[in-house]
Amino acid sequence: MNKVVKDAEEAIRGIRDNMTIMFGGFGLCGIPENTIRVISKTGIKGIICISNNCGVDDFGLGILLKNKQIKKMIASYVGENAEFERQMLSGELEVELNPQGSLAERIRAAGAGIPAFFVPAGYGTEVAIGKEEREFNGKMHILEHALTADFAVVKAWKGDTHGNLIYKYTASNFNNMMAMAGKITIAEVEELVPAGELDPNFIHTPGIFVQRIFQGVNYEKRIEQVTVTKN
Amino acid sequence: MALDKNQIAKRIAQELKDGYYVNLGIGIPTLVANYVPDGIHVTLQSENGLLGIGPFPYPDKVDADLINAGKQTVTYVAGAAFFDSATSFAMIRGGHVDLTILGAFEVSEQGDISSWKVPGKLVKGMGGAMDLVASARNIIVAMQHTNKGVSKILKKCTLPLTGVKCVKKVVTDLAVLDVTDNGFKLIERAPGVSVEEIINSTEGKLIVEGEIPEMKL
Repeated sequence: MNKVVKDAEEAIRGIRDNMTIMFGGFGLCGIPENTIRVISKTGIKGIICISNNCGVDDFGLGILLKNKQIKKMIASYVGENAEFERQMLSGELEVELNPQGSLAERIRAAGAGIPAFFVPAGYGTEVAIGKEEREFNGKMHILEHALTADFAVVKAWKGDTHGNLIYKYTASNFNNMMAMAGKITIAEVEELVPAGELDPNFIHTPGIFVQRIFQGVNYEKRIEQVTVTKN
Repeated sequence: MALDKNQIAKRIAQELKDGYYVNLGIGIPTLVANYVPDGIHVTLQSENGLLGIGPFPYPDKVDADLINAGKQTVTYVAGAAFFDSATSFAMIRGGHVDLTILGAFEVSEQGDISSWKVPGKLVKGMGGAMDLVASARNIIVAMQHTNKGVSKILKKCTLPLTGVKCVKKVVTDLAVLDVTDNGFKLIERAPGVSVEEIINSTEGKLIVEGEIPEMKL
């Protein structure tokens, strides 16, 4: 078993035009910076992109958007990005907005082998259009389907050579479920260690979900809104 | 005098009970954290994966990996926990969060809420709002009563809905309203604001019974 690859260039082998790719992160927190950067240099296009957000104009998935590499975006919140709005309103970019919890669960469900499930979120709104509705315990629900992807790209704090991952603070977000849902999951980590060095009691993503892992470099870790308490 | 944003937050904070797990939306709801009454301990949930939000960090403690759902840098309190988004929404969808406080563009007398989209103008996405309103046990909306004199407390929402029949209470700059089976019920008025002024600012059905007390802030 050898899951370790040298870098992002090696990790993305097999990604082709028109594939569905999931990217972990919430806003710019916990995004796979290295892999996004490398994909932006490849000219791969027609990406169906699943991610909670779409970066900002000049960072994160915003770079792929600016390069017009994304054909369709499946997300829950896409503010803070002028180019996104322009492409969406002009019809260049297809957009499917999901309630955030339904998006998270659709991804988790794919990884867990559950093809569809009922949730109350979105009932009675435009999100419910075209979806099966059913009453459970006196409350209306809508049917949501699992979301899988050709590749899932996640970012963790620490990882080992078997693909076990640990996230830091709120940087777990969508990464943990996406790791489960990719046909091939690429994990980039800040610190890659030999198997056995991470305490198995504290693994967030078990290595079975990860096919390729590498140590990332030059993390910028941009912050959207720095808010502080004055000293 | 109509309330300012901080006063709305202060009034909503009176609804908090000891031991509550609370999700605060962006804007006025976030300010509620500043007015938690003495002797009451609440735990704040952030849907991006934190139970136990603390105050903003000191400048030298800012960490890109530690943010709230508004993407602001935060800290965590003793006893906090971090988790992924599916677990976070299990807390929300599963009814484990006691109270959700969020903003709105409009609410209706049936308890419907519009808060995420203005067609042709603002399309940012619903984020976690639809999940929250569909599942929270108790939902309080913090909002302005009118927009330049036009009521936002309506018979029927005009903007795309976030959820139906879910709002339980509305706190505006003018009044506290409960959403009942028969429409909005006036509970309290802002100091110095008359019942007539509230009636004139409310398009939806408003029930006024007996003397309406002023809010105590």
